[in-house]
Amino acid sequence: MNTVFKTTIGAAAGVAISAGAAFAAAHGPVKIAFIDPLSGPFATTGTNGLAEWNYAADVLVNSQGGVLGGKQIEIVPFDNKISPKESLIQLQVAIDQGIKYIAQGNSSGVANALTDAINKHNKRNPDNRVLFINYSAVDPALTNDKCNYWHFRFDANADIKMDALTDVMKRDEALKKVYLVGQDYSFGKAVAAAAVKNLGAKRPDVEIVGNELHPIGKVKDFTPYARKIMASGADAVITGNWGSDMVGLGKAIIGAGYKGQIYTYYAASNGITKTFGADGKGVINLVAEGAINPPASDRADAYVKGFEAKYPDHDITQARIANAMEMLAKAIDAAGTADDVAAVAAKLEGMEHESIWGGSVYIRPEDHQAIQDVHIQAHTDEGITNALDNSDFGLVKVSTVEMAALDSPTSCKMKRP
Amino acid sequence: MDLILVNLIDGLVTGLLLFMLSSGLTLIFSMMGVLNFAHASFYMLGAYFAYQISLALGFWVALLVAPPIVGVAGALVERYGLRRVHKFGHVPELIFTFGLALLIEEVVQFFWGKNQLPFEEPEILDFALFAISGNTIPAYKVFMIFISIAIFIGLLYILTKTRVGLIIQAALTHPNTVETLGHNVPLVFMGVFGVGTALAGVAGVIAGPVLGTFPGMAFLLGSIVFVTIVVGGLGSLPGALVASLLIGWITTFAASYNLEFADVLLAFGLERPADLSESMLADAWTLTLPQIGPILPYILMVLILVFRPYGLMGKRSV
Repeated sequence: MNTVFKTTIGAAAGVAISAGAAFAAAHGPVKIAFIDPLSGPFATTGTNGLAEWNYAADVLVNSQGGVLGGKQIEIVPFDNKISPKESLIQLQVAIDQGIKYIAQGNSSGVANALTDAINKHNKRNPDNRVLFINYSAVDPALTNDKCNYWHFRFDANADIKMDALTDVMKRDEALKKVYLVGQDYSFGKAVAAAAVKNLGAKRPDVEIVGNELHPIGKVKDFTPYARKIMASGADAVITGNWGSDMVGLGKAIIGAGYKGQIYTYYAASNGITKTFGADGKGVINLVAEGAINPPASDRADAYVKGFEAKYPDHDITQARIANAMEMLAKAIDAAGTADDVAAVAAKLEGMEHESIWGGSVYIRPEDHQAIQDVHIQAHTDEGITNALDNSDFGLVKVSTVEMAALDSPTSCKMKRP
Repeated sequence: MDLILVNLIDGLVTGLLLFMLSSGLTLIFSMMGVLNFAHASFYMLGAYFAYQISLALGFWVALLVAPPIVGVAGALVERYGLRRVHKFGHVPELIFTFGLALLIEEVVQFFWGKNQLPFEEPEILDFALFAISGNTIPAYKVFMIFISIAIFIGLLYILTKTRVGLIIQAALTHPNTVETLGHNVPLVFMGVFGVGTALAGVAGVIAGPVLGTFPGMAFLLGSIVFVTIVVGGLGSLPGALVASLLIGWITTFAASYNLEFADVLLAFGLERPADLSESMLADAWTLTLPQIGPILPYILMVLILVFRPYGLMGKRSV
């Protein structure tokens, strides 16, 4: 009797909760689950991303009247401690709360786990599907072999960035020797492989004088690496390093008397810009979408200034978050529903969007990769309207590859619902 | 040839920096018989304190003020922490210092955040002193060399030529006898601990601008310092110096030359397989010396422990 009673209560409670969730989904705000590290060693990146998402939702959607004629967008943070396992638990929690949109960006390892889990979930629960908004994970596989209909990537992937970088290098007649150095793990290797492939195709005359990987997070002093780079006579260094490995390598190379260019993926903000300061001027460059200097428009400038005023300790480091927010809102409005994510995904596919950062963003239907302008930006204190790290320094756009890798091949064969 | 000279200088800088950490630790280790896991954390504290002071008063004041603050903090830890734990034996002491290391890292992150700090070398030393075939040697590195050598000479003088040094040396090996002779041995221990941590603080101040001031800096250098004192011999100051320089040069040269292990395998008469993914030795074929550079000091330590457990210049066994 007692057991039956308990079961009944349990079932009733379960029904009540799911009914509540359904009710909230139909009448409450449109919720986006933000699953990224909010504690541990990568918390700085995660909290910065969360601030950018909250700000984008407030400024770009909610203050403009929301979506579907008045619904607000709410960002719900989940801490995944940058662990794929933890991310899957948080994903389940988010789905149980009736959330339909999952935003994640830090670490391709996590993104790979999430995209698999979401694909499976959507197959098994066609009435309760969710959409994956990948705003930062750049492993090319996510829009190639591992692609699926529910995954959309708003950042340019590692191959596209290298493609754009080598397009710029192609024009540099003086360039003779390039040195590749990176962290010894999947991303470092992917960057090196893409550089070898692209340079070989576009500038076969350029000599790759060094291609090496160093232990990640274990090198105390990068001076010996800097000496090798000097000895090789390189005009340009390409590295995918991030965090203290980036600062250590950059400072050692500059300290050794290097006069060429260093092309990086992640040498800005989170203390890096401030640490490089005057030493990095004229040497450090960064390949990314969405340049904030010079501002593309008054609107973009006001957006960045508003963000800095609201979150003085954070920076606009991932400009694509604004694109992702606006495009998602547009797709929801066009679909006329926020609950049927298949309809929203159909509207996102092939969408062309005028970015707040200038230029346009196009979601390629065949692999759901956002195609957009990719910029080479220089670390400097001249012409900076919006600085980083509360310093005088920031990034200024020096050259642009429009709609980078628009016709690049993809091995993606996605199943559509 | 030129590059060898440059590497010798770079290795010297690394080695001397290591010496400033290991000199304090080796005295503390032989005194208490316990590894002080938190030693590198005092190095980190030195860098962070110096950064904070340099914001207000400049680098040189920071260089003078930060190490004594770290030393006082170290002495207080010995007086009110370690000494109380001491009576419970070595294992609790070990756990205490381990916990302290974690605590200091968290405290540093709490006050200064997780980001790398823009701690810069002083402007007066921010220029290239000379260049060897295009490789510039920053003036700051030469300054580091001179500071370290001055400290070594100073320590050696105090330990061998002064009365204080004699008491310390005696207390290291025969604490009970020294106590019977009327000296305050706990005070000596506290002093040695304070000076040792202050030396780590000096290392932090001068290394912070070059190697980076970030919460992981203690962890990065911590384990290698233990290797240094084991290789050099516990309690031996000259041993610590020799081992530091040896390890500094080994790591620098290993990172500098891209020797490939494929060459070694070829020399053994093996043939490079066309498809590496099928080969059992796939990793060995693609391995280079810089990739294994960071573990060479540990291999050296194992060899020393096997063939010369006293260390290079030590007098008693580990």
